[in-house]
Amino acid sequence: MIQTAWLIPIFPLVAMAAIVLFTHRHRALSAGISIAAVSLSFLWGWSVAVSVWGDPTVHRMSFDWLNLGESMYIPIGIQIDGLTGMMLVVVTTVALMVQIYSLGYMRDDPRYSRYYAYLSLFTMAMLTLVLADNFFLMFVSWELVGLASYLLIGFWFEKQSAADAGKKAFITTRLGDLGFILGLLLLYTGCGTLTFQGVFSAVDSHVLSGGLLTIAGLCLFAGAVGKSAQVPLHVWLPDAMEGPTPVSALIHAATMVVAGVYLVARSMSIFLAADRAAMVVAWIGIITSVMAASIGLVQNDIKRVLAYSTVSQLGYMIMALGLGGFTAGTFHLMTHAFFKALLFLGAGSVIHAVHTNDIREMGGLHAKMKTTSITFLIAALAIAGVFPLSGFWSKDEIVAATLGHPIFTVLTLAVAFMTAFYMFRLYFLTFTGKPRDQHKFDHAHESPKTMTVPLQILAVLSVVSGWIGLPWLEHGFSSVVFHEHPHHPEFHVVWAFIAALVGLSGIGLAYMMYYKGSIDPERVRARATGLYTTLLNKYYFDEAYSVLFVRPYYTMCRGWFWFDQHAIDGAVNGLGRVSVAWSVFNRWFDETFVDGAVNGVGWLTRGFGAIVRHLQTGRVQNYAFIVFAALVVLWLLQ
Amino acid sequence: MMSGLLSWMIFLPLIGAGVIMALPKDNHRGIRAVATVAAFLPLVLAILLLAGYDPSTAAFQFQENAAWIPALNVNYHLGVDGLSVPMLALTALLCFLACLISYNITNRVKEYFAFYLLLEAGMLGVFAALDFFLFYVFWEVMLVPMYFLIGIWGGPRREYAAIKFFLYTLFGSIFMLVAILALYFTSTPHTLSITDQIARAPGMTHGFQMFAFVFFFIAFAIKIPTLPFHTWLPDAHVEAPTAVSVLLAGVLLKMGTYGLLRISLPMFPMATKYFAWPMAALGVAGIVYGAFVCMAQKDLKKLVAYSSVSHMGYCLLGIAAYGSVAALTGCMFQMVSHGLITGALFILVGVIYDRAHTREIDAYGGMWVKVPVYSGIMVLFVLGSLGLPGLSGFVSEFMVFLGAFPYFKITVAVGVVGVLLTAAYFLRMIQKMFLGTVAGQTEHLSDINAREMIAVAPLAVMMIVLGVYPALLADYIKATIVNLVKVIGA
Repeated sequence: MIQTAWLIPIFPLVAMAAIVLFTHRHRALSAGISIAAVSLSFLWGWSVAVSVWGDPTVHRMSFDWLNLGESMYIPIGIQIDGLTGMMLVVVTTVALMVQIYSLGYMRDDPRYSRYYAYLSLFTMAMLTLVLADNFFLMFVSWELVGLASYLLIGFWFEKQSAADAGKKAFITTRLGDLGFILGLLLLYTGCGTLTFQGVFSAVDSHVLSGGLLTIAGLCLFAGAVGKSAQVPLHVWLPDAMEGPTPVSALIHAATMVVAGVYLVARSMSIFLAADRAAMVVAWIGIITSVMAASIGLVQNDIKRVLAYSTVSQLGYMIMALGLGGFTAGTFHLMTHAFFKALLFLGAGSVIHAVHTNDIREMGGLHAKMKTTSITFLIAALAIAGVFPLSGFWSKDEIVAATLGHPIFTVLTLAVAFMTAFYMFRLYFLTFTGKPRDQHKFDHAHESPKTMTVPLQILAVLSVVSGWIGLPWLEHGFSSVVFHEHPHHPEFHVVWAFIAALVGLSGIGLAYMMYYKGSIDPERVRARATGLYTTLLNKYYFDEAYSVLFVRPYYTMCRGWFWFDQHAIDGAVNGLGRVSVAWSVFNRWFDETFVDGAVNGVGWLTRGFGAIVRHLQTGRVQNYAFIVFAALVVLWLLQ
Repeated sequence: MMSGLLSWMIFLPLIGAGVIMALPKDNHRGIRAVATVAAFLPLVLAILLLAGYDPSTAAFQFQENAAWIPALNVNYHLGVDGLSVPMLALTALLCFLACLISYNITNRVKEYFAFYLLLEAGMLGVFAALDFFLFYVFWEVMLVPMYFLIGIWGGPRREYAAIKFFLYTLFGSIFMLVAILALYFTSTPHTLSITDQIARAPGMTHGFQMFAFVFFFIAFAIKIPTLPFHTWLPDAHVEAPTAVSVLLAGVLLKMGTYGLLRISLPMFPMATKYFAWPMAALGVAGIVYGAFVCMAQKDLKKLVAYSSVSHMGYCLLGIAAYGSVAALTGCMFQMVSHGLITGALFILVGVIYDRAHTREIDAYGGMWVKVPVYSGIMVLFVLGSLGLPGLSGFVSEFMVFLGAFPYFKITVAVGVVGVLLTAAYFLRMIQKMFLGTVAGQTEHLSDINAREMIAVAPLAVMMIVLGVYPALLADYIKATIVNLVKVIGA
């Protein structure tokens, strides 16, 4: 299987091409091709992962893509190790679940075939991203997943907000990608190669200076900040919820947004060697995590709560990586992918039933949709870190990674508390209590099997996926994913207990406020209006960016265009006018003076001739008179 | 046939023009048919050229050399290397496709196609000539038909645009002519052979190199165009009929960068080194400035026109890094890629202009609902233009960046920002025209027809193929560039 691992992204690529070129008029056929392709990728991906786990050899295959000699030699290929195996499992599993789920969710959409073409494009690019054996191919697929994200966020592009959100996502992430490109340039200039193997061995043998390595690390991280929606480039992800909900689950929760986390994890050698860059990573991660979790506390759009939750959890992973917890970060990446995808698909199921995103119009839905409710609850328990669900194990590792950095530990626990709180606020407001919109409640119904079965499968994974990371397992997660750098944080019973307690207290508070009603949310809100408004407005990031960057940029561009037309082209036209004026003047000068002089000479000659002519009369007596007069004059002069 | 291949390539369009002159002027079908054949045959020859060219060597191939004006030592000398082969192929391809797009010309059809074919002959000649006299003749031959094509078949401000283009280019040509004469009179024996002049380059004084470089640069900078000589471009592109815009952007702009690679770099290496940073700075300034100005455009065609200013900046940046095979190859790659992409964009602009008679971006909305095939193709080319990986534009930008970065770190870093700015103005355009609900002129649109599809499909295929596997093109260029770098002696 490993020899043919390159086929894994080829299946969806073929599916996309087939749909675009041939079957786009046949809805069911298009969906069938797409799902068949991703199923093949799923089978291949899992079998590759299983065979690579417990086998420390790294498999590589590549060919010369472009060889211009020393100044640019880029072989591209795939590399399979434990980390790639894990990513293959995550991506193919969630992609398959989402594609099946979409059969039901998108059933009535007129652009059904196109939707599956885009999903296939995304799956292809994402699988290439995790299989790549070099930074270049990774960047290529990194941009392609960005394209798929752009197309899918704006899938319902008739809506202005969806079109805006797609554009915002593309441009914001591309801002981070500028850093990624510079990182590539620095690494190539420094190491003469972009293959992971080449770059990391150069880093390990100190070919690059410390300063350069720090800059290169930060540049790569800038790409991760964009893609994984970290502060200050996080603003696109909540808006990305304009896309269809299965897309949010696949791209904006489980796979694409963790590409940044994967990039940092993959570049472990660089961040281990550049500890200042690593500290920046850690700080950005925790700031993002705290900020996003706090915003999540007050949002009323079911998908936005989940979006901020995603941003916050990504911050967790990034922070863990920055603090050297590579196992912790990647482990949480995996468990989070399953329970967050489940949460989104559950939210999608709810939206499908009640046709609104606003939790203030929901309530009591457990009675109507039991499967959705129960699976959602499992996911919520998992993300809250309740024993023995997957989130418990991965969150514990993250807390363990912060040990020795007290500020990080405290903030991590604070985030854990907020996470548990907003997640159960969401659960209680959606599924329990009395319906707040009776009309919507009456029309609510459980979703079809195509949607609930993926929920159930993901629910199982949300429970058990943490178990491969059980601390006392001899060949657990940490040993299968990072063979080259085994990393065994020990199981801290005390910290595990504290973290679990923090999570439970968050759940407890949500229970009292939104289930029992023993604490009135309105009163809490009234006592902290300023904070509440700030959180509701997401710390005013969008407004600030609009005032500081977006509008000034438009104005500046118009200014440059004015400059172009009036200054540069003005100079050209001015030069033209000056030459014309000069010609006109020349013509006048020519006609008046040059020609005037010529004509003047003629005129003078004629005039003189006219006068002198009188002398030559041809009469002898006149001549005789002149001769005589001359003699008289001469005589007088004497 | 193979021996005279280049001559046939150049003169077949001329023969076609002659035949058209002999046809009755009302026989539009006949004229179009002759023009299409006359534009198609050079394309066939170009394919034979690609097949017969040996990319492993930098030596000139398919050479033809005959005494022309022996008294002045002027020769009819043609030949191709890795710089000219891709450009000849691109020119032949675009000329054929743009000819198909010209079918909607209904006014003075006979003159149009005669001028069109004359223009093609001139363009092909420039890329094949190895003698300065011949080079200059072809260079000027292009000007005249271009002047009339814009001035007669252009938009409302066609006369202004045509005169501006003509005078601006002529202004540059004069500098080039002076430099050519200087090269001629300083050589012993007097020669106009480009190869001989390159061979004697090491003997030129520093001062002479500087003078000649600057004079040639003025001519080439106007053609590329670089800041601040670029303002003829938006006027000419916008006013020109669609097919002519395609050739202007796709081929004529490349004459400037081609000239720099063919003449300036190998002939004046000392001056090249001296002016490397200013060229890089001009290139990057063009990239960024062009992108700024694009953001403020309301006319779609003008947007595409200004995007050329930005995209040709990558070429100049690549040339400035004269010591890097990657950067110079990237420049060549960008010339081809920009020709494919921008050529297609101009064709696509023409498609909607033909139907709705406006190019105002704000006059459209929701086109993706109304004309999905057209929209999909347009968006594909826009993605190519904004440097999406997997398409050819990305490859060339990356080559240039990677090659130039070791030489001009900060300058290149500024240039990288162009990648973001390009995305900004193109996505804004996509949003306004293609997304949202059907609005304005979109109502009157019908989707792309078969003839238009035939004109853009080859460009799309090549954009994708070269983006996925660039070695196909890079292999043609590589040996010549390696040799060029050696000649410059970096």
